Amino acid sequence: MADRRATPELVGQRVAAAIPTPRPAARRLPPAALLLVGAVALLVLAGRRLGYGLAEYAQLLVDGLATGSVYALVALGFVVVYRVSGVINFAQGAFVMLGPMLCISLLGPLPDTAAGLLLAALVATAACAASGALLHRLALHPLRDAAPLARIIVTVGAYVSIQGIALKVWGPRPYVLPAFTTLSMADRLVDVGGVVVQAQSLWVWGTALVTFAALGAFFEGTVAGKAMRACAVNRTAARLVGIQVDRMGTLAFALAATLGAVGGIVLAPSTRPTFDMGLELGLKGFVASIAGGLVSFPGAVAGGIALGVLESLWAGVVLAGFKDLFAFAMLVILLLTFPRSRAASEESA
Amino acid sequence: MTARLRSPWTAVPCAVAVVAVLDLVEPFGVRLGHLIGGLLTADLAVRAGLFTIVLVGLNLLMGYAGQASLGQAAFYGMGAFASAILTVRAHVLGIPPEVVSAWWWPWVVMVAAACAVAAFAWAVGWVILRLRGHYLAMATLGLGIMVYIVLRENLGMPHLNLTGGFDGIVGVPRLRLGSAALWPVGVYLLVVWAAALACVALGENVVHSPAGRALRAIHGSEAAAESVGVDVGALKARIFALSAGLASVAGSLYAHFQAAVVPDTFGFVPSLELVVMSAVGGMRTVWGAPLGATVVLLLEQLLRTHLLGLVPAVSGELEPVVFGVLLILLMRFRPSGLVQAAPAP
Repeated sequence: MADRRATPELVGQRVAAAIPTPRPAARRLPPAALLLVGAVALLVLAGRRLGYGLAEYAQLLVDGLATGSVYALVALGFVVVYRVSGVINFAQGAFVMLGPMLCISLLGPLPDTAAGLLLAALVATAACAASGALLHRLALHPLRDAAPLARIIVTVGAYVSIQGIALKVWGPRPYVLPAFTTLSMADRLVDVGGVVVQAQSLWVWGTALVTFAALGAFFEGTVAGKAMRACAVNRTAARLVGIQVDRMGTLAFALAATLGAVGGIVLAPSTRPTFDMGLELGLKGFVASIAGGLVSFPGAVAGGIALGVLESLWAGVVLAGFKDLFAFAMLVILLLTFPRSRAASEESA
Repeated sequence: MTARLRSPWTAVPCAVAVVAVLDLVEPFGVRLGHLIGGLLTADLAVRAGLFTIVLVGLNLLMGYAGQASLGQAAFYGMGAFASAILTVRAHVLGIPPEVVSAWWWPWVVMVAAACAVAAFAWAVGWVILRLRGHYLAMATLGLGIMVYIVLRENLGMPHLNLTGGFDGIVGVPRLRLGSAALWPVGVYLLVVWAAALACVALGENVVHSPAGRALRAIHGSEAAAESVGVDVGALKARIFALSAGLASVAGSLYAHFQAAVVPDTFGFVPSLELVVMSAVGGMRTVWGAPLGATVVLLLEQLLRTHLLGLVPAVSGELEPVVFGVLLILLMRFRPSGLVQAAPAP
């Protein structure tokens, strides 16, 4: 596009390019789905060679579903921010870490009861939402017209700062958040037909389902949610009809931080939260959001769950040490098969 | 430093002037004497030289061609581990000891590793450089982490224990030239900076060649570059390969300097640090490379050693926080870095 003169032909082309082409009703499977099927088939075959039976696969599936739900929550945060303000928010992982860490600290003075835990979790989530909003206001809002690389670097800078503060406050040691059912370190195990399920996994699934439903209701049923969707469709048009686009950006960051914090808190009892847990979870959440197309909420949820399950299968069947490799290999493959990432996008100009 | 630095012949007087001003004004109570005695150690100077080599490549890639890389430390690590493995654990691979102990062996390894890493990057580049903007950044990030994991997990061959896993490899020998050891550190410093300045010169040559102009055209608009006859895909892959090869050489030099390599030196955070250095120095200049490397390393050192004195009750642990905040402020107020790009010739 060396010649930016608006000849009628060029204008026509641009308008045509801006109008989304309606998809045919019977469309091909997206490449991500094909990849998924292929990967599962390969992993199952590899498992057969190790003599895995149905019970082993079910166990791996159950484990994967729990982490996958958390990835899905984190991924939704990426999608909300990307759709509303066009930024890939690297700092998302920081809130996945801040949620459980704040929760643990708040739990200290509170009584060791369910109400205490709930209060601590709610306050920690609210604090994360506030810091997400603050991050947008202070760091990203001033750079709303900057190049994408500058904005990536800013969110990275924010992540490094927040993790640095966390190291200062909490130190490098791992912490413990009590399991929600027993309110102690030891979780109750539920035996479902030979498959052992941690009670915490049920909490993860429940919370994730409630959050997905709440998010859906927010975007469908509230004015703020509809305004955010309008920003995602067309920022200029949204501004023209009186939506405060910048405020929606702040709201999106707060919402993303909330989703990250919720994911981190429900996951915390089955891991040991540390100051640097956000990096891995943030990146995995990002992979999940890419798997879902980066703009689709159901896609992000599906991507997160698929990633969790696949990763669990991979770790169980291949090599535990290479568990993380899988997600990042998926990332590169997905990016390459994801048409939007190769199209000349307006943001790369 | 808004001066438009175009060549060493204006940069050197500027550097002298900055040093002189530092000595006179003593910002934060830091005197030049402190800088030399306390902060600017030989170790720091060597590392600044090594990062300069990496950054020349990164600046060509990010600043000129406009292709973000958040995984550059992977290539640095590949070079470092290639040198370490082929000098310390060569016997595992069946390379005869008399070859390994010859003075020329590490140099051969360094060159071979750089070629291999460049070839790897070229092949990978053909595929992933089709991605743009955010997506390319994410793919390079994924690639960087994958390389890190492979290094950490012993290349997937634990029985050979080539990379030493988390602990890495110790006892990498110093470089020699004939029978003369390139050590103590003062001598090595000269070697590294000679290499760094050679790389800067190489970078300047690339920038002022037709390829350099084509790179800038790609940055402006790939479609326009393509329409005037630039083979965009090939050129991007080549510049990616060049930047990876330079990073590999720097990695080899690092391995022989540090005498020990661990995978954590080449993970995600170091990749990030490289981008920061590049942004601080000014991505769209070759001379931003030595400046960015030196300024960031000095700043880190300053934060580590003097933060306690500047702000009581704050310890050096806050270094990453200050670092992150500075990064945000830099992007906000000086997005093109300390050295401004020269107008296109």
